[in-house]
Amino acid sequence: MVMEIVCPAGTPASLRAAVKAGAHTVYCGFADETNARNFPGLNFDRDEIRDGIAFAHDHGAKVLVAINTFPRAGAEPLWHRALADAESAGADAVILADLGLLAHAAQHHPNLRRHLSVQAAAANADMINFYARAFGVKRVVLPRVLSVQEITAINAETEVETEVFVFGGLCVMAEGRCMLSSYATGQSPNMNGVCSPASHVDYHDEAGALSARLGGYTIHQVAAGEPAPYPTLCKGCFQAGEKTGHLFEDPVSLNAETLIPQLAEAGVTALKIEGRQRSRAYVAKVVRNFRAAVDAQAAGLPMPEGMLASLTEGQAATAGAYKKTWR
Amino acid sequence: MSSQSVHLPLFPRLPALALRWVPVTPLSMALAGFARHLAQRHPGMFRRLGRYDQTRFVLDPTDLPISILLEPRGGKPRLYLSRRKLRGDARIAGPLAGLLGMVHGTYDGDALFFSRDLLIEGDTAAVLALRNAIDDAELDLSAEAQAMSGPFAAQVKRLIALAEARTGVALSRHEEIDGW
Amino acid sequence: MKLTVGPNQFFWKPEEWSAFYTALAEAPVERVVLGELVCSKRLPFYQDRIPAAIEALQGAGKAVAVTSLALITLKRERKLSAELIEAGVEVEINDLTMLAYLPEGAGFSVGPLVNVYNDSTLSWLAGRGATSICLPPELPLDSVERLAHLGRDLGVAIEVWGHGRVPLAISGRCYHARLHGHSKDNCRFACEDDPDGLKLATLEGQDFLAINGVQTLSDSFACADHQIERLRETGVTRVRLSPHSGDFAAVCALYRARIDGQIERGAVAGALKTMQPGIPLSDGFLTGTRGAEWSGDSARTSSTT
Repeated sequence: MVMEIVCPAGTPASLRAAVKAGAHTVYCGFADETNARNFPGLNFDRDEIRDGIAFAHDHGAKVLVAINTFPRAGAEPLWHRALADAESAGADAVILADLGLLAHAAQHHPNLRRHLSVQAAAANADMINFYARAFGVKRVVLPRVLSVQEITAINAETEVETEVFVFGGLCVMAEGRCMLSSYATGQSPNMNGVCSPASHVDYHDEAGALSARLGGYTIHQVAAGEPAPYPTLCKGCFQAGEKTGHLFEDPVSLNAETLIPQLAEAGVTALKIEGRQRSRAYVAKVVRNFRAAVDAQAAGLPMPEGMLASLTEGQAATAGAYKKTWR
Repeated sequence: MSSQSVHLPLFPRLPALALRWVPVTPLSMALAGFARHLAQRHPGMFRRLGRYDQTRFVLDPTDLPISILLEPRGGKPRLYLSRRKLRGDARIAGPLAGLLGMVHGTYDGDALFFSRDLLIEGDTAAVLALRNAIDDAELDLSAEAQAMSGPFAAQVKRLIALAEARTGVALSRHEEIDGW
Repeated sequence: MKLTVGPNQFFWKPEEWSAFYTALAEAPVERVVLGELVCSKRLPFYQDRIPAAIEALQGAGKAVAVTSLALITLKRERKLSAELIEAGVEVEINDLTMLAYLPEGAGFSVGPLVNVYNDSTLSWLAGRGATSICLPPELPLDSVERLAHLGRDLGVAIEVWGHGRVPLAISGRCYHARLHGHSKDNCRFACEDDPDGLKLATLEGQDFLAINGVQTLSDSFACADHQIERLRETGVTRVRLSPHSGDFAAVCALYRARIDGQIERGAVAGALKTMQPGIPLSDGFLTGTRGAEWSGDSARTSSTT
């Protein structure tokens, strides 16, 4: 069976580009704090999501709507409306993280398929099975901290489909459980759907040397000509003890292209590409590449040569935790 | 780990030098008309800017001796071209090929920024909003120029194709799939 | 308002661990949560001391709970976590995996590392048996107020993070091990030399965060000194103090005196600064524009905050 490619769409144009490039499934969100990519100029209004879903369905692709932040106390109707509107627009599933929102969805939208967002950080089979029992979750997006071996073990212990990230940005912290951004800027992934928000970024170029600050904290400085990653907090350059460097994670992005056969072997259902904040050019190129790779995998052919290096952050890529080098 | 950078064509030096001498006022006026035309055809692009629809953007093609001030003004945009250094709330600088290639979906803005082909100063969130709004609009500046050229559309098209071939700068939209 | 002492987040030598809880038995706090929160590899070093500590604390009239790990992944950790239910003491869950093990109807408490942001989540947990909830540290006062009201209606005690370096992130990766060039599996317990975590500064030398194995904390110590009255008004019934090295019983006594009205607003912060010169304080998650902010900086010019 061909593994499902799940592709990001930050705008209707990206959605169409992804579908045309061969995406089996596209995920997107509403233009508000109900989703974890609440960036300026990004996402869909109600009409756009309806049209986007219709376009995808016409081309045989599915659309998942991410409603994966944690509803703010007192503002839950905003998230509840997002659920209802996703269902009436014809979404194939919603991607949720909050316990209360899952409970609400299971009760009020029983026929709307529920996926567990990576923001729920479900990193073991017991937790995944709990979500399946309690809220009828059909698929889980696994945190980017597991090795292929661990993913294999999880699939052996659960009926819930697993979806894993194969390309794009890489969170090193357990997702949905990180408050670094709100400590430095007041804006958090959980509450506001943004991490290290652009509104708090300040670039300063001095004779070609670029220094990037977030909320007044210097996150990194790069010399002229060196690649410049976005100043995401956990990818910054810091000092502790006697050491100076990328103490949490190098500014690399994930590319598990070459691990597709192992992930298939591990029982993974779907491969997810990160990057709703990236352009339609990026989406089209990555999708085309991965679609070719899973088609080759299903046909028993060797993996096509990678050609995505120039798209990655800081222009270096890693296979992340999948190869277990973190341990 | 692997590393690879984007190779952007630079605007040829001779015509770039010419821009130092030719009067910019007619060009600036033509651009202003072009901006009004775009606003009529792509209202969604300005809606997408949201709270940044009053931000003043300086677009600075580093291989040309001019820079451009873009004021979206809530859907009544103004474009102003100058040889002086312009001031705004946010500045995007890079080779013209990069700036236009981003508009046409030929290049990914993030990738150009990571590789230092683009430089961003000032209100980063506004730049992000502009980038996303333009990306969604699927603009084709060449088609737009033809559309407003009336009886001269065919000539404009030929001229643009010639310029595109000579400079390597993406002056029109190509399908995302083929752009790379 | 009552005081809860949360689980020690750091890796202390076994004797120091025991001495801490012996001293804590005499401290003016009502509730203590202990056990290993951050890293399962630390537990064998002091596991056998836990029963005696529980006994001493209960003997001193304190309510005691044991914490789960903050991030349960390995098979060994899952087994350990399932067994925690049978410990005969209240369990504080800090990873939702625990819900898979808790029998329906069994009471439990919820720690600050579980995402409780809204009414639905609080209600669902209350229905599942939660008797108290320590809210995530990043919640602003508006959210705290709303959830405290709901908690009162549902009979769930609502607690907020009141003192100590703030837990900001948990990871599958160990930053102490990475810093020392070791792998996580062969970490050589690099975190044991930093009883309050290891300070992390920006390239320009600005203090920012602290690392503690797989956990990342704020460099600043949260301090609810300036918020006690407002927290009380919102219906918060407990304030959590997170263990640090030094005379922690004295820190507990300061907050007790502040809550009981024996010392004035600002006195806790002042005393902390005397006890630990240069200690950075913060309370920005509750009332500021960002977590790192400290309302003590503006307290002298404004009395309405």
